[in-house]
Amino acid sequence: MKIRGKTWKFGDDIDTDAIIPARYLNTTDPKELAAHCMEDADPEFAPRVGPGDIIAAGKNFGCGSSREHAPIAIKAAGVSCVIAQSFARIFYRNAFNMGLPILECPEGAQRIRKDDELEIDLDSGLIENLTRNETYRAQAIPPFMQKLIRAGGLMEYVREQMAEENTER
Amino acid sequence: MPKTISEKILADHAGKREVFPEELVEVRIDFAFGNDITAPLAIEAFRRSGAKKVFDRERISLIPDHFVPNKDIASAVQARMLSEFARQFDLPYYFEVGRMGVEHALLPEMGLVLPGDVVIGADSHTCTYGALGAFATGVGSTDLAAAMITGRIWFKVPPSIKFIFRGKLRPWVGGKDLILHTIGQIGVEGARYRAMEFTGESIDSLPMADRFSMCNMAVEAGAKVGIINPDSITEQYVSSRAKRPYKFYHSDPEASYEAVYKWDLSGLEPVVALPHSPQNVRQVTEIPQTPVDQVVIGSCTNGRLEDLRLAAQVMKGKKVARQVRCIVIPATQRVYLEAMEEGLLEIFIEAEAAVSTPTCGPCLGGHMGILAPGETAVATTNRNFVGRMGHVESKVYLSNPAVAAASAILGRIAHPREVLTR
Ligand code: SF4
Repeated sequence: MKIRGKTWKFGDDIDTDAIIPARYLNTTDPKELAAHCMEDADPEFAPRVGPGDIIAAGKNFGCGSSREHAPIAIKAAGVSCVIAQSFARIFYRNAFNMGLPILECPEGAQRIRKDDELEIDLDSGLIENLTRNETYRAQAIPPFMQKLIRAGGLMEYVREQMAEENTER
Repeated sequence: MPKTISEKILADHAGKREVFPEELVEVRIDFAFGNDITAPLAIEAFRRSGAKKVFDRERISLIPDHFVPNKDIASAVQARMLSEFARQFDLPYYFEVGRMGVEHALLPEMGLVLPGDVVIGADSHTCTYGALGAFATGVGSTDLAAAMITGRIWFKVPPSIKFIFRGKLRPWVGGKDLILHTIGQIGVEGARYRAMEFTGESIDSLPMADRFSMCNMAVEAGAKVGIINPDSITEQYVSSRAKRPYKFYHSDPEASYEAVYKWDLSGLEPVVALPHSPQNVRQVTEIPQTPVDQVVIGSCTNGRLEDLRLAAQVMKGKKVARQVRCIVIPATQRVYLEAMEEGLLEIFIEAEAAVSTPTCGPCLGGHMGILAPGETAVATTNRNFVGRMGHVESKVYLSNPAVAAASAILGRIAHPREVLTR
């Protein structure tokens, strides 16, 4: 599975309050959440992010609360992948469960600049920086997690599994 | 290859010969549960999926404990979702008020979570059961929904950090002090994503209640699990309670760890974590005079019978200071009953403390003891974040039950010996 898009760049310790401020948690509507995505980190982001764009960030991305609204907001904003030096534990889980591809890649996280055009091969974990003509290797996403992402998230994956079981019978 | 206890449990549950740190694995779970805050979201996701059945009705538990007995209409509505779901799927381990307890005290007590298990709970302190030698961790509501359907979950295998505790502990120093000391040393991110493995001679002789307190707070250092290799103390606790077979796993002596900490804590005095972070740890003897308005003894960290015994030992024949509210909350119905039979409740009531039915209550600022602006509490709970027990300008100090009891008697944060030598 390949992804291509241009990059938004963020620093270290982007917490879930920066990703989606608590004042907007009175809704679970993905569109409304997306409208405020990253508002406190970069107010330009939500109005200008385009479908397929990529986020590159530093260490401990998604730290703070366990709110599932954070990966929902990023995904609904159209972001196709988040690359970071490292992710906070519960964000990491929630992202895959929501069907948002994320890659841990310290080298890429450091070298990628805003607006760089990237091509990412999720199967191999290879990130090609077309703007800089560089290649970085992220930890490959294992087949099971790729299935989650292809299905569109954990619950969709489970639904598919249930459907398969029913037709097998 | 030599492996840690965490790696062995995960390998067995993934159906693999061995697993490696950072590897992603899909594992079978032995038990899953949620509470009155997290389960409603999971139940909604479950219903949306169209699932018609749960993977195993005897391996799922729903425990209303946070806002029960229902504190208001909204919590009553949430709690009812749990009881309706439990009735629909005929879940034997739904615990209604009168039978329930704080989840992380109740499930081990009932023998529902066991050594060698993989347990997931939609609550961050699920790591408590590592004290039994289980791989247990908190997850989101969606994880719980999927696990209730499939009986499986995915994990990244955590690298392990080994903590070796040596030395004979001083009087009034227990598991709570060891874990607070640890968090004070490594910080709230010190074990992010890691398995914290507690070992050493101080652990070998540590009672189960103290082991539960330690593993309970592993998450406050960012860890995925806190775990202790099971031994005869574990066996004694588990054998009479277990509802199904269980298995002891042990780390190999040559297993590899990302880091090893070795501490001799024979000189450690009881500690407290100052507001507003569990890593602000000082010895009780080192902090300036701190008056308190409220003392809470209870929670999934320190609401067990052994904890109440310690508090009672300090409070026996004394009175809570005039300006202090002292609230004692046995963690489960069984703890409540045993505390009554042992005469502990009488000691508390005669000391003019309030004794409550089991609930999380004030631990998360839910009910049963909310703080006003500017008030200070000493609590045997596990988090002292801004506003955790009430107003954003209130303060919480975390301590063991004996320190909390002594502080209630003296009206300021105190070492238990200050009370007992009076
Ligand atoms: S007692 Fe406190 S920490 Fe424990 S489960 Fe209840 S709210 Fe959470």
